[in-house]
Order: sequence, then structure tokens, then C-alpha cells
Amino acid sequence: MKRIVGILLACLGLAGMVWAQNTLSITGAGATFPYPMYSKWFDQYHKLHSNIAINYQSIGSGGGIRQITEGTVDFGASDGPMNDEQLKAYQDKHGFPILHFPTVLGADVPTYNIPGVNAELKFTPDALAGIFLGTITKWNDPAITGPNPGVKLPADDIIVVHRSDGSGTTYIWTDYLSKVSSEWKNKVGKGTSVNWPVGLGGQGNEGVAGLVKQTPDSCGYVELIYAIQNNMPYGSMKNSSGNFIKASLASVTAAAAGAAKNMPADFRVSITDAPGKEAYPISSFTWLLVPSKFSDASMRDAIKGFVKWMVGPGQDNTEALSYAKLPKEVVAKELKALNDVQ
Amino acid sequence: MAGSRSFLSRLRDGDEIARLITFVFAGSVVLLTVLLVYELWVGSVLPRHKFGLAFFVTRVWDPVFDNFGALPFIYGTLVTSAVALFIAVPLGLGAAIFLAELAPARVSDTLEFFIDLLAAVPSVIYGVLGIFIVVPLMRDSIEPALKHTLGFLPLFKGPAYGIGFLAAGVVLAIMVIPYIISVSREILLSVPRDQREAALALGATRWESTWKVVVPFARSGIMGSIFLALARALGETMAVTMVIGNAPLISASLFSPGNSIASVIAGQFTEATGDLYLQSLIELGLVLFLLTFVLNGLARILIIVTSQRGSGMGNA
Repeated sequence: MKRIVGILLACLGLAGMVWAQNTLSITGAGATFPYPMYSKWFDQYHKLHSNIAINYQSIGSGGGIRQITEGTVDFGASDGPMNDEQLKAYQDKHGFPILHFPTVLGADVPTYNIPGVNAELKFTPDALAGIFLGTITKWNDPAITGPNPGVKLPADDIIVVHRSDGSGTTYIWTDYLSKVSSEWKNKVGKGTSVNWPVGLGGQGNEGVAGLVKQTPDSCGYVELIYAIQNNMPYGSMKNSSGNFIKASLASVTAAAAGAAKNMPADFRVSITDAPGKEAYPISSFTWLLVPSKFSDASMRDAIKGFVKWMVGPGQDNTEALSYAKLPKEVVAKELKALNDVQ
Repeated sequence: MAGSRSFLSRLRDGDEIARLITFVFAGSVVLLTVLLVYELWVGSVLPRHKFGLAFFVTRVWDPVFDNFGALPFIYGTLVTSAVALFIAVPLGLGAAIFLAELAPARVSDTLEFFIDLLAAVPSVIYGVLGIFIVVPLMRDSIEPALKHTLGFLPLFKGPAYGIGFLAAGVVLAIMVIPYIISVSREILLSVPRDQREAALALGATRWESTWKVVVPFARSGIMGSIFLALARALGETMAVTMVIGNAPLISASLFSPGNSIASVIAGQFTEATGDLYLQSLIELGLVLFLLTFVLNGLARILIIVTSQRGSGMGNA
């Protein structure tokens, strides 16, 4: 008996050694929003390249930035770009910069529950900022009824619902409101969580969606993907060209294309309120954070190979999971930037 | 050697080894507590220096402009726990008295099984229960009714959202009742038989013997069960965060949404990017520890005071 166990253990050990020799294990951590996409990509990539296994922990963007700065993971991921202070902290610690690579696009949509109103509401930036600032308190405020002729809105108080947990969704939402309202910018600002002037908080997209569904006369925001997958009603937004655009994968990609012309070399760009006739204004990239220097050449080649595949053939799989894909201009720039990884 | 046997012989017998091992185990509890406080203390150095004691009285929690205060969360934690105990103590104690004193043993044991089952339900299940049953019930029936009858009190003013302090308190009450029942029942059952018999022999009715003799005798144990319930209520995270509304508000109205220390830490820790922000959340952990410590200390004092009074049996 003992001998059989011994042989088994030896086999297991040998198998482990063989596996360890042939498989390069890459660890990443960060954003939760693109996690379904990433896990599918990593799985597919492993099938194509059986010697590379990528392990991704969706611990949140803040955690991703911290972990890559500490050097405990091989790459990070974030829904908001790292700020200058964080970039400097990374540079100081490692001696070389960290690079951002956009992977897919996401968007936030306003969702609401008004008894007796089934029409799709149109929101102007001013109306949305007013609702979330608490300066517009009734559904029949002229700022809301103006763009919605024919919709009978009640004279009831608006109950605002927002995320209570820190999240990239909130970052995109507040980034947009900061751009369209100077009062919001000065009073509240943008961040993964902010000091909300009014409203109730729900935990996660499902928490906000649940509160909105249950609370009459409420108005909240969720990720586009979440709204699509759960068949939630959501409003359209007036974009910078003055058109009311309903969020869709195409209109989100259009926003990225509009911003691509002025894309900075480091890809740290906000595409909320982007120019373009068809652009949906509350859109954003999500990024991979990749060190610009690797001491291990095989690790470097593996990560470069993966990023190249992800922005190339990998983009064909995005729409099945309701993520908007990158515009071609951005992909071309990313492939060029990938050469800076050494 | 002062002992009757030499150290070596005691070592050989195993007495000394057992003593040492159990001492290390007991000591590790103290060490763990000290380590925990130390980590929280060191991890919150930035906000401690920046805000000092103002952290306890600041009402703002603003991650964008780096201004943090714990007051709304302390308030929310205390209010929800108080509501929970206000509901759970009479209910739990009543049930415990029935099970220990009045119910037949078979009924009592069967019910005890269900109560233990309730205590083992994960808190997220209670949270879901809260969202789908308690909150709509609050919004559509209980809160309007309270407003209608007791609306003159500041406690029951304002719009009835359903979620808020009251809903969180009710869900917490449901969660802690099993603790109160289970522990109090055991304590009541352990009251010596002759106490009851003596009371009955003096002509007391069944209820008089229960209420005037058995319950006072078990008072410190019952207090213990209540403080166990309080400890659970203070630290409960998931169920609270799902029904409290998560807005850092301080309002006299129980209908208002609020937030608690545990729920804000759980909600914001993963995405906290700045150092000051992260460390302020850690300091909130320290505040919760302090709060639990102070309340536990008060509980001890209360138990000592009441059991001294109780042991005189002056009121029995």
C-alpha cells in the first residue's frame, strides 16, 4: 500500500515538474468590469497556446493598480487610467514606466422606474447632472419634460440610486457628469466612489438595478452590458453633437473612434462626451497595465503575444459578450506602442 | 522547586507539557488581538495624523477631495444595532422563557433545533430576504402605518423608501434573535430546580416563580446572550449593506438611508485607490474595534453591577 502511494506521489511530482517546465504561468489582477471578457480570452488563448496559462483575479481596479505597483502580479487591469501620482509612484519604485493598453469598451446607461411611463426617456446632460446633484427633484421638471414631448411625467419626487461600492462604473458616470457640469466638477468630482449629494446606494450593478426596479420614481445608472443582459429599460443621452443616442455596441465604438484622433501616446484618455454624430457620450475604455520592461524574456514575449492577439483576432469575440470592440485606429496605435515593451 | 514534585517528573507525566501547550494556545488569542490592533494602528497612520480626533466627529466622507470622517458610520452602526436589540430582546427573551419553562421538553427540543438552524444561515441569505420581503413590506405597509400613527415623533418622519435604518435594524433583529433564544434558554434551563420549588412552595404561581425567581437568577447569563447578539449586530456586513441604503447620512428618522462601518469597508475597500482613502477605511476598522471594545467593557460592568444586586436576592 505504502509503495503504491509512493509511486503515485512520484508520478504526480514528475507530472508537476513537466507541467512547470513547459507552461508559463502569468498572473494578472484588477478590474471586475471586463472580467467575463478577460476570462474568455485567457481561456481561448490557452487553447491556442497550451504553454501559456494566464491567471486573472478580478479584485477591482484599485487593487489591480496597487498589486502591479507592488510587483506582485505580472500585469494589472483598470477601468480608470492611473493618475500622474500613481504613474510616478510606479516609476520611482521600478525605474521604468508602466504602459496602458485599451482592451474593450464599456458604457453606463441611465435607468429608471416611473409608474405609468413606458416610453424611452431622453436625457440632456443638464437634466442628468441636475437629477444627480439634487437640484432637479421632480420628474415633471421642464429640464426633463422638454426633450420628452408626449411623455406624461408625474409630479413626483425623483429618488436617485447610485453605486455604494467603489467601481469603474461610477468612475465613468462621474467623469461624464464632471465634463458636462461645472457645478458637479467643483462640488462632487470624479472617482470610483464619490460623496453623493443625494440618493440611495446599492451594492453592485445588481444592487442598483434591484433598487430601481423596486422603488417607484427612481433613477439610477448601470453598465450597458448589465442592462442589455437583463432587458432593463434605459434612456438615451444627448451627445456633444446634439443628437439623442441610445447606448449600443456600435454607438460606444463610435465614441472611441471620435476620441481616437486625439488619442495621447499613452492611451490614458477619457472618451466621455466624445465628439462624433453617432457617439454615445457615457463610454469608456478599460485598460491592461503592462510594465515597459521585463527581466524575463519569455514572460515579456508571452505578454506581448497575448496583447497582440487580444487587440487583433480577440476583438472578434467581444460582441458575443456585449462588449464594444476597439476602433481600428486605436488597434493600430496599440500595436505600435507594444514595441516599447522591452 | 517549590512544588511537591520536581519539574522534570511533572514534565514526564505530561502535566507540564499539557500546561505549556494550552498556555501557548490561550496566549495566541491575546497575541492575535494585539497583532490585529497593531496592524490597524500602523495601517491608518496617514488619516490619524491628518484628521486626528476630528475623524470621529466629521460628517463628510469624500474620496474625491480626500476628506474623511467616521461619524455617519458610527451613528449608523449604533442606530441599527439599537433597533435590532429593541426588537430582538423582548421577542428572544419571551421565546426563551416559553421554551425553557413552559413548553413540554419535546416541543422545546424540536424548536431548539430550528433555532440553531436559523443561527447558521449565512448573512447574505438574510440580506436577500431583506431586499425581497422586509424592504417592500416596510415601504408599502409598516412605514406608512408608523408615519400615520407615530408620525409626530422625529423617529418616523420623512419619505418611506423601504430601505434605511429601520429595515437594516429589522433584518439584524431577525439575525440575532436565534442567539438570544438559544443562549438564554440554556441559561434558564440551568437554573437549579430547588429555586423554582422554593418559590412554588411559598405559594407563587408558575408565572411568578418564572418571572420573579428564575429570570432574575439567570440575569447575568441573559445579559451575556444580549451582548453576544449586540456584537453580531455591530459587525454584521453583508445583510446590512443590502438594505441600509448606503448613504452616509445622519438623520433622526429611522426611515432615512444610512450606512454602517462594516458595510462601507466592505463596499469601498477593493476600489480605494489613494493611500489616504485606503488608510481611512482601515482607520474605520480601528474605530469599529474600539466601539466593540467599549461596548463590551460597558457590558461587563453592567453584568457585574446587576449580578451583585441579584446575588443579594433582595428583590426575589
